[in-house]
Amino acid sequence: MTMTTTHQTNNTNMADPKPTPKITVSVVPKPKATAAAQHTPQSPPVKPNTAVKLRQFNAWYGQTHVLHDINADLPEKHVTAFIGPSGCGKSTLLRWVNRMNDLVPTARATGEIKLHELDLLSRSTDVVDLRRRVGMVFQKPNPFPKTIYENILFGPKLHLKLNKTESDQLVETSLRQAALWEEVKDRLHTSALSLSGGQQQRLCIARAIAVGPEVLLMDEPCSALDPKSTSAIEDLMAELRKTYTIVIVTHNMQQAARASDYCAFLYHGELVEFDATDKVFTNPQDERTESYITGRFG
Amino acid sequence: MVARNRAAIASQGARPSELANMSSTVAISNLTAIGRPRSVLWRKARESAVMASLGLCGLFSITITLAIIVVLGTETVAFFKLDDVSITEFLFGTQWSPLLGAEKHFGIWPLISGTLLVAAIAMLFAIPLGLITAIYLSEYAPYKLRSILKPVLEVLAGIPTVVFGFFALTLITPSLQWLHSGFGVYNAMSAGLAVGIMCLPIVCSLTEDALRAVPRSLREGAYAVGATKFDVSVKVVVPAGLSGIVAAFLLAIARAVGETMIVALAAGSSPKLTIDPRSEIQTMSGYMVQIFLGDASNFGPEYFSSYAVAATLFIMTFALTVLGHKIRIRFREEYQ
Repeated sequence: MTMTTTHQTNNTNMADPKPTPKITVSVVPKPKATAAAQHTPQSPPVKPNTAVKLRQFNAWYGQTHVLHDINADLPEKHVTAFIGPSGCGKSTLLRWVNRMNDLVPTARATGEIKLHELDLLSRSTDVVDLRRRVGMVFQKPNPFPKTIYENILFGPKLHLKLNKTESDQLVETSLRQAALWEEVKDRLHTSALSLSGGQQQRLCIARAIAVGPEVLLMDEPCSALDPKSTSAIEDLMAELRKTYTIVIVTHNMQQAARASDYCAFLYHGELVEFDATDKVFTNPQDERTESYITGRFG
Repeated sequence: MVARNRAAIASQGARPSELANMSSTVAISNLTAIGRPRSVLWRKARESAVMASLGLCGLFSITITLAIIVVLGTETVAFFKLDDVSITEFLFGTQWSPLLGAEKHFGIWPLISGTLLVAAIAMLFAIPLGLITAIYLSEYAPYKLRSILKPVLEVLAGIPTVVFGFFALTLITPSLQWLHSGFGVYNAMSAGLAVGIMCLPIVCSLTEDALRAVPRSLREGAYAVGATKFDVSVKVVVPAGLSGIVAAFLLAIARAVGETMIVALAAGSSPKLTIDPRSEIQTMSGYMVQIFLGDASNFGPEYFSSYAVAATLFIMTFALTVLGHKIRIRFREEYQ
């Protein structure tokens, strides 16, 4: 069943049938993009710093070539969304940024990913240290079967020695940043599993930021949540991007449009398009991007 | 824009048509016209028959359990009605000498202490080793190694306990005597270690099941904040699987308490109230073997005493099972 019409209500600003000139902000050093790099008035005037740099990045699971020659600069302190149909490799890409794929015995990768100057694929890179700098929030809320307090402190305690005052302070700050403090401050020592799904997910965000990461990876963080919790998480992301570089994988096109500054469209393991979100959604340069965001497939 | 896209998809080659979903145009025929109806009566009869036979099967195990309880109960009552037996002595006495001379003593504690001593030695051996092996198998071992180790462990679980008894007598006891001259030919230590080896696969296999049942997402959550494999195993996976682990331990303890052949062979047959692992002791199960293998005349007090011992043993293992069940419910974590 094709859903050609139902998804288009949110793309009303695409009605202009005139072919627009091929203009791309040079966030992606695609040959096509750099060749025609010009700034249009609505694009960000200053190019943000790069937090994560990908060059000729290829990834495999066993013999399956999942990602082909990905080149991208993920901007610092912005929200970058990875969109694309199931199986296009967006989660794989995300899980390479904190080397979560080390847990998959058959996973391997070539090329380059750099977090600032740190070469992520190098054998000498300490994954424990890397994961402290690159936090991750998962598809399903996965709080540990411990108290809320212990959940937050789990990460920090691995890396730091904390006294009671510091612990309390860290818990409060993390929960405040995750917009959960007011809801749980009276029951910090109850089981995290007693929270609702949306609260659990915010707890997981608090747990991730408690170790003081630079980058926060979010793998479809709202796919298991109801609309109200989803909107709470999106508001939270808008707040968190002032401090953290956020990379989010999402299946929800509206979410990508609402919550992200930059948007990367992946298809069959290729980075088809990567640009400012409003450009990707209003004026996609690639036909496949356009088909996908208008809900024609995926 | 939309119209232009549709046209493009229609007119162009492979790529756009690959992108667009194919719409199905198979005509839906009236399926109710095909086939003949099955008998409703037969369906209902079959359901009733299945339900009745399944119910009978369930009832069977309950009946057997009840029958055992009744037999143990009546024979135990018969034992306590005998002239030279008192229930106070049985419950609080520290001497168990039913076969020797004129003065017979029926105090259960030497048998209980022997049983607990063997079980404690077995658990001190099997629980740490089983837990560590389970953590290794579940968290550390590469897939190939686990696929070899796990079946080997299960083979160990299938060895008849009498073999472990021989093993204790011919290998463990001489080794212990070589290490320390105080060990007798029959001793609690040797039997305890053999029972521990016997229990190891139970502890290990069930614990590993409990650890592997911990959702992968919890491990990922821990790795994502910079935990090492050891942190993940010890601080996340083991606590999360605790209910299953404790249940495995209790099952192993119940097996150790009830174990018969190993202790009958290796622990000796002199009931003694002691915690010295070097000395010869007798367990409750060991005593019952001794009685039923013909050391006692039928229907003497020593014959009936084995029923009282059996009832005590039954109560102990039953309490362990109930405790295990309670712990499993108390510590069970619900994951979505």
